[in-house]
Amino acid sequence: MTPLAPLAFTAPTINYGLFAPVLFVLGAACVGILVEAFAPRALRFQIQVALSLIALAAAFVNLVLNWGIASRALIDPVTVGQVVTGSLIHDGATQVMWAMLLGFGFVSLLLFAERRVHGGVTAFTPMAAATPGSKAETEAAEAGLEHTEAFPLALFSLSGMLLIVAANDLLTMFVALEILSFPLYVLCGLARHRRLLSQESALKYFLLGSGASAMLLFGVALVFGYSGSFAYDGIVTAVTLSQESDRLLIGGVALIAVGLLFKIGAVPFHAWVPDVYQGAPTPVTSFMAVCTKIAAAGALLRIFYVCFGGARLTWQPVIAAVAILTMIVGTVVAIVQTDIKRLLAYSSVAHAGFLLTAVTGAATTQSGLADGQLGSVGAILFYLIGYGFATIGCFAVVTVVRAHGREATELSQWAGLGRRYPVIGISMVILLLSLAGIPLTAGFVGKFAVFTAAWQGGYWWLALVAVLVSVVAVYIYLRVIIVLFFREPAGEAEVTIAGPMTLIVLAISLIGTLVLGIAPAPVTNVIAQAAEFLHAVAG
Amino acid sequence: MNDPYIVLAAILFTIGLVGFLIRRNALVIFMSVELMLNACNLVFISMSQVHGILDGQVAAFFVMVVAAAEVVVGLSIILMIYRSRRSTSVDNLTAMKH
Repeated sequence: MTPLAPLAFTAPTINYGLFAPVLFVLGAACVGILVEAFAPRALRFQIQVALSLIALAAAFVNLVLNWGIASRALIDPVTVGQVVTGSLIHDGATQVMWAMLLGFGFVSLLLFAERRVHGGVTAFTPMAAATPGSKAETEAAEAGLEHTEAFPLALFSLSGMLLIVAANDLLTMFVALEILSFPLYVLCGLARHRRLLSQESALKYFLLGSGASAMLLFGVALVFGYSGSFAYDGIVTAVTLSQESDRLLIGGVALIAVGLLFKIGAVPFHAWVPDVYQGAPTPVTSFMAVCTKIAAAGALLRIFYVCFGGARLTWQPVIAAVAILTMIVGTVVAIVQTDIKRLLAYSSVAHAGFLLTAVTGAATTQSGLADGQLGSVGAILFYLIGYGFATIGCFAVVTVVRAHGREATELSQWAGLGRRYPVIGISMVILLLSLAGIPLTAGFVGKFAVFTAAWQGGYWWLALVAVLVSVVAVYIYLRVIIVLFFREPAGEAEVTIAGPMTLIVLAISLIGTLVLGIAPAPVTNVIAQAAEFLHAVAG
Repeated sequence: MNDPYIVLAAILFTIGLVGFLIRRNALVIFMSVELMLNACNLVFISMSQVHGILDGQVAAFFVMVVAAAEVVVGLSIILMIYRSRRSTSVDNLTAMKH
């Protein structure tokens, strides 16, 4: 045992200009808590909506203004005897992922703010602490109460997501993962209707999520034990130079992968996805389905490409196996679902599998990819943009299709809906076709990009399997389209007139899906130029 | 590397993991997760000593803070479930099975 170095602490230098987007979101979340404490109840909703939307817009503007600035470490602590790259890193990939998270976070918050479809209140329960069906709950509902805490909670979660995609050491990554998870556990339990389902989903997500984070943390501990460093570049150095046996390292990498694959929703760690997506309030589901997936995919990519990209570890076959399992299980189980939210949940599992094919390919500039081409990182980010637009749009449609004042999520209730409400019907068809990956939609371009990335990385057989599975997956979405247009109307579910917020969400997702499908070049160019990970930064 | 602390931590972690997988009471599952987190702390602190750096000890503080926050969120969710069902057994969580 070597004696510990004397305790010395050097204050980190923080680049506030580049770090500002996170600070805006985190600051708005803290102010939101104060609003809950001090603002009069009647004004809280308006204040929270304005505060959170303005904060996200300000963060986005700040990000755009910083766009051209060269990559650098955001927070750069100088430790005794060695200079590490910093806990957070600002590179092209960070910029693109931040833009995606802020954009989709903004759109999801618009759904949070929808009140008209729910009869003048938000989708959140009047009193989460009250027992379902109790007198206290009824009184709170009659008084028109609502939990406006949902907005600061979503902002806290979003700030965790912004941190995790920029995290450049394992400890920061773990803390960011927990910051993004805890608010989501609470948000899942806040649904106004079907309280028992909502509470159940919160408990399931919490128990499984905390177990997965504990496994991830043990992985972090083992990697720390192996390399003596949390920073990614320190780990890379240790992996390259170390003469010790790899047991700690292999165990650590496996456990870290478990934690992140859980968040992405990959098989065999997908069991929570359908239950949580079904039980959570639909705006929260759309937020989780899109933003959590972006954040977890970003963290997974950075860890595998930057931190464990060294030659001593061959992780690709394992991820390839997970990808195949995820695609097949997600697709096959989605085909037999009768609840639209569960169907979208399994479809999101299948999409996680398609993403992982490109992760396996690992086509980056490090592996000989030409500059300006869409490598694995770029392909995955583009895929997530297309998936995000289509998914948020689908969940927006789910919130407006209602029967007896609640969401009609049974697929049988949707029979003939497209014929009675052509605008909603055709919008849903476009979004579903994008999820299916039909040409002229963003989903097609995204699928093409990730399969190409897998092919370029030498995993042509994985790309072939993925193409075959995605042909089968088309049936999931065709089934919904058939129910919408070719079944006799059941007459039970109705499309409720939605407020401007939901209509804006629907419009954004449709425009995004079609524009990225027909003319993807501007966006793919931006991503191809920007989205590479910074590998090593000298102090 | 056959550091005895790693072995001890691995045993603790495994006990936590097995409890997490086989126990049916939400509170006991939650306690098992906390045991797993403590196993992580043991690795951080002992490895900090082995490598002669303080990072691991700082990490242990972070983990404690995260665990405390987890207790707040977790116990409130478990309490909410208990009040509506009078039970914290996860076997009753079957409302969404299809």
